[in-house]
Amino acid sequence: MAEIEIKNLHKSFGDFVAVKNSNLIIENKEFFVLLGPSGCGKTTTLRMIAGLELPTSGNIYLDKQDVGYLRASKRDIAFVFQLFALYPHMNVRNNLAFPLKMQKLSRSEVDAKVLEAAKLLRIDHLLKSKVSSLAGGDRQRVALGRALVRRPKAFLMDEPLGTLDAEFRELMCLELRKLHDDIDATTVYVTHDQQEAMSMADRIAVMNEGVVLQADSPKVIYNKPKTKFVANFIGSPGMNFIPINEKISPSQSSIKLLDSSLNIPEQKEGTDSNENFLGVRPENLKLVSENGVKGNVFGVEYLGSRKILTIETQLGNIKIRVDSDTQVNINEQIQFDTLNNNQIIFDGSNDKALQSEFMS
Amino acid sequence: MDTSRSPLEATGFSRKLAATIIIVYMIVTLIPITWMVATSFKSVDSAISYPPEVFFEPSLEGYVNLFTNRSRQPKDYLDSLPPPDTWYEELVRSREMVITGPSKFLPRYSNSLIIGFGATFFSVFLGSLAAYALSRFKVPLKDDLLFFILSTRMFPPIAVAVPIFIMYRKLGLGDTHVGMIILYTVVNLSLSVWLLKGFMDEIPREYEEAAMIDGYSRMQAFFKVVLPQATTGIAATAIFCMIFSWNEYAFAVLLTQFNAQTAPPFIPTIIGEGGLDWPAIGAGTTLFLIPVMIFTVVLRKHLLRGITFGAVRK
Repeated sequence: MAEIEIKNLHKSFGDFVAVKNSNLIIENKEFFVLLGPSGCGKTTTLRMIAGLELPTSGNIYLDKQDVGYLRASKRDIAFVFQLFALYPHMNVRNNLAFPLKMQKLSRSEVDAKVLEAAKLLRIDHLLKSKVSSLAGGDRQRVALGRALVRRPKAFLMDEPLGTLDAEFRELMCLELRKLHDDIDATTVYVTHDQQEAMSMADRIAVMNEGVVLQADSPKVIYNKPKTKFVANFIGSPGMNFIPINEKISPSQSSIKLLDSSLNIPEQKEGTDSNENFLGVRPENLKLVSENGVKGNVFGVEYLGSRKILTIETQLGNIKIRVDSDTQVNINEQIQFDTLNNNQIIFDGSNDKALQSEFMS
Repeated sequence: MDTSRSPLEATGFSRKLAATIIIVYMIVTLIPITWMVATSFKSVDSAISYPPEVFFEPSLEGYVNLFTNRSRQPKDYLDSLPPPDTWYEELVRSREMVITGPSKFLPRYSNSLIIGFGATFFSVFLGSLAAYALSRFKVPLKDDLLFFILSTRMFPPIAVAVPIFIMYRKLGLGDTHVGMIILYTVVNLSLSVWLLKGFMDEIPREYEEAAMIDGYSRMQAFFKVVLPQATTGIAATAIFCMIFSWNEYAFAVLLTQFNAQTAPPFIPTIIGEGGLDWPAIGAGTTLFLIPVMIFTVVLRKHLLRGITFGAVRK
């Protein structure tokens, strides 16, 4: 298997810059997810690793070998497409055997490898079926089978679960991750669905507007986002950003919020700007009966295991996650406070998170 | 109210109207063909009798005349010959003639087959390559190129007959199979490129990308993955190209004479005694219809999809 390294990778289509000088290292046997909104450059990055697009500049190393400008067929990589791209004029067996036919194997070797892959994915009873007669999930398995049948150095997947229905998607998430572990694969997986990303990934790279903003484990991405975009994009709902109108200085450990002061993790960096943001996740706020920030309940979303309250305050609308049996009414006056000491200060001038006791 | 029927379904009246129109159209188009086939089975006298005979005694004279050259002989010479061995010789003898040899119909017919299928093959083959390139690659001046290709069909091909005639004479392509195949291929290419580009555009790129990642070159991916999925378009295009090359008359008259003459210019020149031999012409035309008919019937299931191409996503 393989380690993939991307160095100063840049891709533009005419005036449109799809990927801006990105750097990433995807380690051997890692399940690596590229996550971001549509148009953020994640698919373009993946296609460059595959060799379906050539970089405008920069390098791609596969096991330390520069493959950035090599033909796709010379890279020994497999790709799973969102629409599966199963060949409709071939049956399942021929679809699976198609990648092997280029490898000058004997018939029996091909048959053995096809059967092995089919058994692994539990589609060995479907080998003679026509692709068009398969259900969505089985098509997905055939597509995966075609990718893994020749045991490539790495698997690249472009939103492979995007067209499946929700129930099946969760099941496939588990299966994909198990498959990845079973065959010791290196997988690069593109999605815009944070739930898929969080549930499968060893590490996630969040991209926006062609830039890799942060590449870390799901836990770090969620708890210690390095930019406002990452903080907002990950989590549903995203992080609350409360404007603070004061300059932050290193070693500061409280800020003024309306009339009261709020303790924050001791800061290790300061800002030049007077307009910064306090970032706090909805689950890190709690309702209190006194000495909290006051507000009116604007909306209540019931989500089964929890409720999301939208509170109208002088600081703007703020979302709080509470237990689902908490009784609140629309327009009710309530107070809330922070639950723990893991707030993040974002520099208003560049939207980056400041280093602090908590962040480091 | 009757709610058992979908509001999108046709009502009784419009169904009847549609059926009537189709039947009338069928009669209008089929009468000449029926008459032509009937004529091929008439005797020479019955073919030109007035009023025309609708019911007649069938005869294979037309077919015999189509395939043979004959000459009239005096009665005493005919009597001196040994009795005829075959039914067609007997038929010819009864008209006081002898068969002097095979006619040129078969060579002309095989010329038509060679040139028709040859031109169709090259139109579709070259057309699919061009269509693929125009569908997938960034070709400089792509739109202008496509318009240029289309513009070659904006005038009737025969409008350039004189320059082509001179060119073909200089190049030695006149009256050759190769020359006619090239000519019909070129005329058909614009249709085939445009038609096939529509089909290629509909085939997602992912298919060939998948093949290319799996170790195939682009050309291999084209033949193994793209072309099999374009069979509908290829069949429809092939039918259109075949019908044109098979039926083409004007260039065939102008450019071919002996070696590569096709059936269309040959059939009307079949002359019997004292005028055109209508049963033989009818027989020639009937036989001429058959290959295109078979070709179309074989590819028919693709044709309807081909005509409405692009209208419905697969």
